[in-house]
Amino acid sequence: MAITVIRSGMLTTVQDLGRRGHRAAGVPLGGAMDAMALRVVNLLVGNAEDAAALEFTLTGPELVFTADTMIAMGGGDFGGVPRWQPVRVRGGERVKFGAARTGCRGYLAVAGGLDVPVVLGGRGTYLRAALGGLEGRALRDGDELRAAAVSRQMVGRWQIAERILPSYSSAPTVRIVRGAQAGEFDGPLTTVGFKVTSKSDRMGVRLIGPEMVRRDARELVSATVAPGTVQVPPDGQPIVLMADAQTIGGYPQIAHVISVDLPLVAQLKPGDTLRFREVTLQAAHQLILDRARALALLREGLAQKMV
Amino acid sequence: MRLTPLGDSAVVVALGSGLDETGLRRARALAEALERDRPAGVVDVVPAFASVTVFYELAQVGGYERLCREIETRAERVETADLRREAKVMEIPVCYGGEGGPDLADVAAQAGLSSEEVVVLHAGGDYLVQAIGFAPGFAYLGGLPAKIHTPRRPTPRTIVPAGTVGIGGAQTGVYPLMTPGGWNLIGRTPLRLFDAGSQEPALLRAGDRVTFRAINVEEFAAWR
Repeated sequence: MAITVIRSGMLTTVQDLGRRGHRAAGVPLGGAMDAMALRVVNLLVGNAEDAAALEFTLTGPELVFTADTMIAMGGGDFGGVPRWQPVRVRGGERVKFGAARTGCRGYLAVAGGLDVPVVLGGRGTYLRAALGGLEGRALRDGDELRAAAVSRQMVGRWQIAERILPSYSSAPTVRIVRGAQAGEFDGPLTTVGFKVTSKSDRMGVRLIGPEMVRRDARELVSATVAPGTVQVPPDGQPIVLMADAQTIGGYPQIAHVISVDLPLVAQLKPGDTLRFREVTLQAAHQLILDRARALALLREGLAQKMV
Repeated sequence: MRLTPLGDSAVVVALGSGLDETGLRRARALAEALERDRPAGVVDVVPAFASVTVFYELAQVGGYERLCREIETRAERVETADLRREAKVMEIPVCYGGEGGPDLADVAAQAGLSSEEVVVLHAGGDYLVQAIGFAPGFAYLGGLPAKIHTPRRPTPRTIVPAGTVGIGGAQTGVYPLMTPGGWNLIGRTPLRLFDAGSQEPALLRAGDRVTFRAINVEEFAAWR
């Protein structure tokens, strides 16, 4: 089964759940910005959760499917097909996604998963090093992608319960745990709103708001960072590091967005706002386990809808 | 030794303060021990400077506290003498100045030296890879002679070509990929420091040693 890209959209890339085990070589985790959406759409078409799918940004692509298949769309609302449910498409059918009506990033899974080579343990596109995905780059008009063959498929008409999904919003409250330099700042991180700027990308979501002033002016030795780390450069405006963030950073770390809330940040577009709320590490861990349980239930439920 | 959470999916083990070399060796030894026999749920182990960061999948570690105790036990047992992997010594050829090193004259002016003296000092140094990061394969090198420590440029360049050698404060390094960068650019190497197609994609690892050798434009061209 092949997919022809008629219009590629603004920034459409092949993504999965990222590369593990290569951070010591400076290779970022990468993968889907909204990993939860990618997991769910993959499960909806009977794929493994970490199968390769498409990530759209702000404007979706227009695609033609060469044979009958199942697709599922999630994350932001780009029109085209209903979200969060398996959709049957016919061979030769054209599916056109538009501009994001809600959210910033859309995820389109195709039954079988996108068939691109595994590079350093992942299929996702890392644009900065031009590796993974389709030739290490974003899709262009006229590209062709292949999906692996499938032996089983979803049956019935149904939709998943929304409560399993993150509480997407254009003005979310995002939970954080303290960072190593949290105590060194005078600044109302959790009492005011921040606005997302247009300089945001897959490496980091840049915020603008009241200046976070660090009392301690000592230069820090660079330290490990991760997706979710909230860094504060000298201008006092926080950056939330995202999927393609470098592995080591030199700026003070005021906080870390908790794993289950990172999808909320991934779906913010320039001009959207967010607030931070601090939780304990124990609470963050409980939320990870709760989400893992919810995903396990979804996986079991969906297995019964496969023939 | 101190364990500090890095968000809800990683923990940083600090094994010394700043950049002391004993701490760096202990970090490498612990990283090696954890790589050799990974505790359940550990997905990535990153030695950087005098610390090791351990990334975990919470659902598979059997409790965060338990993972921390396990790491502490390993760290107490590990001896730097246990380091199995021999540190590599890598010679990096550099064509100093010219198109590939537009800031060489600036560095020289700030140090009150001639460009030739800067090259002799830089190429005469013995460098330790303190960490790999910032970009894939980028090595933070310690051991830059104090005379040529040079502050980062006030405005970073938007494009620094792959292979460019720079000085940032007390550190020097080579940009493996074309990226933006704020360091002072003094030369360029024809060597590839990062190759995604290789099993070990980064040419250097934390703990390796680096020396630089000056080459001329013709040698640089012949290398490619």
